[in-house]
Amino acid sequence: MRIIFKTSYDADIRYFSNRVPALWYLALLLMSIALPFIINEFWLGEFTLMLIWAIAGMGLMLLVGHSGQASLGHAAFMAVGAYSNVILQEYGLPFILSLPLAGFFAGLAGVLVAMPTTKLHGIYMAIATIAIGVLAEDLIVILAPWTGGVSGKFAPSIEIFGINFDRYGNVSGLYWLILGITCLIVLGYKNILRSPLGRSFMAIRDSEISAQAMGVNIARTRTISFALSCAITGISGALMGHFSLVFTNETFNIVISIYLLLMIVIGGLGFIQGAFIGAAIVTFLPSVISFSRDAFFSNSAIIPGIESGMFGAILIFVILFEPMGLYGRWLKIRSYFELFPFYRRDMFRRQKSYLKTERMR
Amino acid sequence: MNLLDLQNVTLRFGGLVAVDNVSFSVKQGEVFSLVGPNGAGKSTIFNMISRFYDPAEGDILFQGQSILKKASHDIPHLGIARTFQNIELFEQASVLQNLLVGRQRHRRSNVLEEILFLPKVRKQEHHHRLAVEHVIDFLDLQPYRDKFISGLPYGIRKVVEMGRALAIGPKLLLLDEPASGLSTEETQDVAFWIEDIKKVMGITVLMVEHDMHLVNSVSDRVLALADGKILTIGTPSEVQNHPDVIKAYIGSDEEDALT
Repeated sequence: MRIIFKTSYDADIRYFSNRVPALWYLALLLMSIALPFIINEFWLGEFTLMLIWAIAGMGLMLLVGHSGQASLGHAAFMAVGAYSNVILQEYGLPFILSLPLAGFFAGLAGVLVAMPTTKLHGIYMAIATIAIGVLAEDLIVILAPWTGGVSGKFAPSIEIFGINFDRYGNVSGLYWLILGITCLIVLGYKNILRSPLGRSFMAIRDSEISAQAMGVNIARTRTISFALSCAITGISGALMGHFSLVFTNETFNIVISIYLLLMIVIGGLGFIQGAFIGAAIVTFLPSVISFSRDAFFSNSAIIPGIESGMFGAILIFVILFEPMGLYGRWLKIRSYFELFPFYRRDMFRRQKSYLKTERMR
Repeated sequence: MNLLDLQNVTLRFGGLVAVDNVSFSVKQGEVFSLVGPNGAGKSTIFNMISRFYDPAEGDILFQGQSILKKASHDIPHLGIARTFQNIELFEQASVLQNLLVGRQRHRRSNVLEEILFLPKVRKQEHHHRLAVEHVIDFLDLQPYRDKFISGLPYGIRKVVEMGRALAIGPKLLLLDEPASGLSTEETQDVAFWIEDIKKVMGITVLMVEHDMHLVNSVSDRVLALADGKILTIGTPSEVQNHPDVIKAYIGSDEEDALT
């Protein structure tokens, strides 16, 4: 058991509470940087895809996990990011400018969506965002002069300061680039969480009525959270465009939105780590399924819908047995060993509260 | 000088008159209590001051200025803090984070500065933390600083709720039944705290409370309310012995005869 003595207020502001997790995450970062030297190009591609999913997951996590709003149409904002990035690049902007701008446009789209929907809650918000996801697909077709319609867009190659980061030309380069972007987003995300903005997100998630009584402007805070969430998701969309090289109106469909939501729920709502765990599952489950099929079934017949079925099964199990997601389960296992033998089964159980006022809704 | 003035305030829910032509003023530096049977309109008055409800008639002045044009999230920025009768804390957050939300009024950084976490933001965080630590020290919340609300017992939550309102650094504190559901000792603590809030911190307190012991021990003036109408305003003992108040609480002789 580790006892942490806090000697300054910075102890609660720092990224890590003490040296041990800091060293673990440093080791993880070093491993991630060294990855291209360890594994082959196919798996490196898979890891790149995982990082892109993780960025998108962080975008949605900010909205769902930290400010308590639902979105079932987040793929639409990935599309906004992907298309605006490529269109800007076609106008001759370098990638280093077009990527942040793509994020900005996705954030702007988020504001436009958030303004009419900030008054909606729960299921109504979900329905409204599904509608936006469906609308986006059609909008891409309607705006064919810019988006290429059903024939789609081809992502030009990325070049930064004369170095080429092509999907197939420089696989490890693209991986490192995306790893760097991921790290920057994680740092920004952590900064939001430890600043007044993150606390106002938490406040509107847990009780809008008392957030208001504490001086939090609900409409404004919800719009900011939507904008930031969409900007992050837009950046991941832009990267996804480069990763898949070609994308059409059907690339960012409603299934992607649902996968994003599955990802963060399975990974653990409210944890940045949850987005990464969820991304790993979404990325590697299809490979795991196909490899195990080859190993166990000699005829290697393709079973239609097995991936979606597996995802659904995992989701049901997670919601039934571990509402805090896989990261939450890991926290429990860790504290079991840290506190051994003093861990109690109901240590993480929530106290039931019977007095929740609904009278002012 | 009057800190808070309610002038002929009336609020109707459909045909029901919840608050009927109520006028009173709270003076700077006093503890003013609202008492009355359930449904008398006490919490409704609080919700009007917090701007959750719009009065149909009348005006509410804070430091001589009407607050009826303000949105409810502007009210804490004026210096009015409140607690809720049925605890409304941020459940999935620690006590510390809950109290820090109260510092929203003193936030001086914008979104971009916070995403980059500039030195200015860090310095501001230190100031917020210091202010919150004063509150934690005042209310003896040290053992619960890093505990999540969802795992805390009722009595502690009640104290955290009061602490969060104090973290705002208010001029006027609205306490909605601060002692409901608390044990005798805990109620005594609340009484001491209210005394200190008034004397040491110089904060004016407007309180709704059913516990007459608490009301008697801390209040400078008491307003008795029944069916949205003012019965009387006066010192605690005056109000308690007022015939209308006794009638509202225990009923009159004639009513007894009927039942």
